[in-house]
Amino acid sequence: MYCQNCKERPAAVHITKIVNGEKSELKLCQECAAKVQGETFNWEPHFSLNNLLSSLFEEADSTVSFAPRAGKQQERCNTCGLTYNHFRQTGKLGCNDCYQTFKSQLSPVIRRIHGSDDHTGKIPQRSGETLQVKKKIEQLKGTLKELVQQEEFEKAAKARDEIKQLEEKM
Amino acid sequence: MAFKEVIKRIRSRWMEGAGAQSDVVISSRVRLARNIQGIPFPHLISKEDADKVIQKMEKAIKAIGEKDLPSLTVTSLSELDALQKQILVEKHLISPLLLEKDQKAAVALTDEEEISVMINEEDHLRIQCILPALQLHEAWQIANQLDDDLEKQLDFGFDDKFGYVTACPTNAGTGMRASVMLHLPGLIMTKRAGRVLPALSKVGLVVRGLYGEGTEALGNLFQISNQITMGRSEEEVISNLAGVTQKIVDHEREARTVLKKELGIHLEDKLWRSYGTLRYARLIKTETALSLLSQVRLGVDMNIIKGLDPRVMTELMVMMQPGCLQYIMGQEMDAGMRDVYRARLLRERLKIDNT
Repeated sequence: MYCQNCKERPAAVHITKIVNGEKSELKLCQECAAKVQGETFNWEPHFSLNNLLSSLFEEADSTVSFAPRAGKQQERCNTCGLTYNHFRQTGKLGCNDCYQTFKSQLSPVIRRIHGSDDHTGKIPQRSGETLQVKKKIEQLKGTLKELVQQEEFEKAAKARDEIKQLEEKM
Repeated sequence: MAFKEVIKRIRSRWMEGAGAQSDVVISSRVRLARNIQGIPFPHLISKEDADKVIQKMEKAIKAIGEKDLPSLTVTSLSELDALQKQILVEKHLISPLLLEKDQKAAVALTDEEEISVMINEEDHLRIQCILPALQLHEAWQIANQLDDDLEKQLDFGFDDKFGYVTACPTNAGTGMRASVMLHLPGLIMTKRAGRVLPALSKVGLVVRGLYGEGTEALGNLFQISNQITMGRSEEEVISNLAGVTQKIVDHEREARTVLKKELGIHLEDKLWRSYGTLRYARLIKTETALSLLSQVRLGVDMNIIKGLDPRVMTELMVMMQPGCLQYIMGQEMDAGMRDVYRARLLRERLKIDNT
């Protein structure tokens, strides 16, 4: 009988494992058995990305904790029903609206991960339409200020009308 | 040549590439995470809603038609058998996580498999483009184009402040993960990888071994990707990664030159011996084969071993894995049998063409 793992040395150790009622047997040589030994512990370190995330939440909680803690943990997203507590444990949000519901708690966490909590990349044409209008308004307001300072009142009036139009659209 | 035709049937475009920096950069990949408004993220999704996402995606693909991009075909995971699924994972087209979602998940692929979209993985959609060699900008353009096309049909979740919303906040913002797969035997053999690679974290990049666990990188294969998805535009991230990759390519080439100069005939001997083992072995495990293939590839890229196509090396790296191997041999095999057939596949495909 050769070792079932290396198939080179004679088997010397007989390992019987019962996991969830299912029995498995292994016949191994001394060397392979020593290697396997470490793997037979029924323990997985829960050191995942999600765990790391939860530790970030703990810090975030301690820095923005004017609201009573217990109340905050129970905070719930109206759309998907996910609680803040659940989110802390899994590191995953439930739906689009969670980003609004948990905005104040999310900001510091996202800043810790990315160094910023403001998206500066691509904006989708349709879902991001209001944002594009908003950015346009901000830009026009800047121009308006400059025009007033330069006493270009005619152009300023034009910019003001444009802002008004855009604001009505929103 | 035997096996060549069968392999062709399951080959993806990313394995076929010659191209810029292909002596070091094996492939470039860009992945975008997107979610559809009004439907919970996949970890909370019901079967009905999961089906809805798949149907919406099918409809969107139909509406887009075949314009600038090759068309996608949607297949739900329940239609695939275990072997087909395993092959998709081995080709890096879907993730092991998608397999876990089983009944709720689907995948959309183009014929050449340069675009794949995982449906209901961690997010509703994971749009992915993989191209051979260093083609990050090209991969981004393709993924971006598909994203634009899909966005005309689907309402993607987008937050004014946080950008594209994703199940995990580590992906929110651009939702983009760009990566390159690198072959770095020179840096490893000269023991310089430990000096070059850790510096990457300072510029927001992560490095990991492609195969193997922890610090060990089997076959000297590494993957480098961006960590940060917020506060930087997609183009910035891509340019940053492409620039850093070019730097690593330069270092790797320098290392190879040093190896050749310092070791001379000893290097030649080492690489040819690796070739010899692969060419004549009758039993070989995946791990051993990966590290020997790395040596042979180095020999080919340094022009020490002539008459072999480096693309065959990339292909073999994928094809000798359990799923692909069983497909090529047309039979189910246990681990012991696979070692026999893996050796056979390698012997056949590594014959040097003398004509």
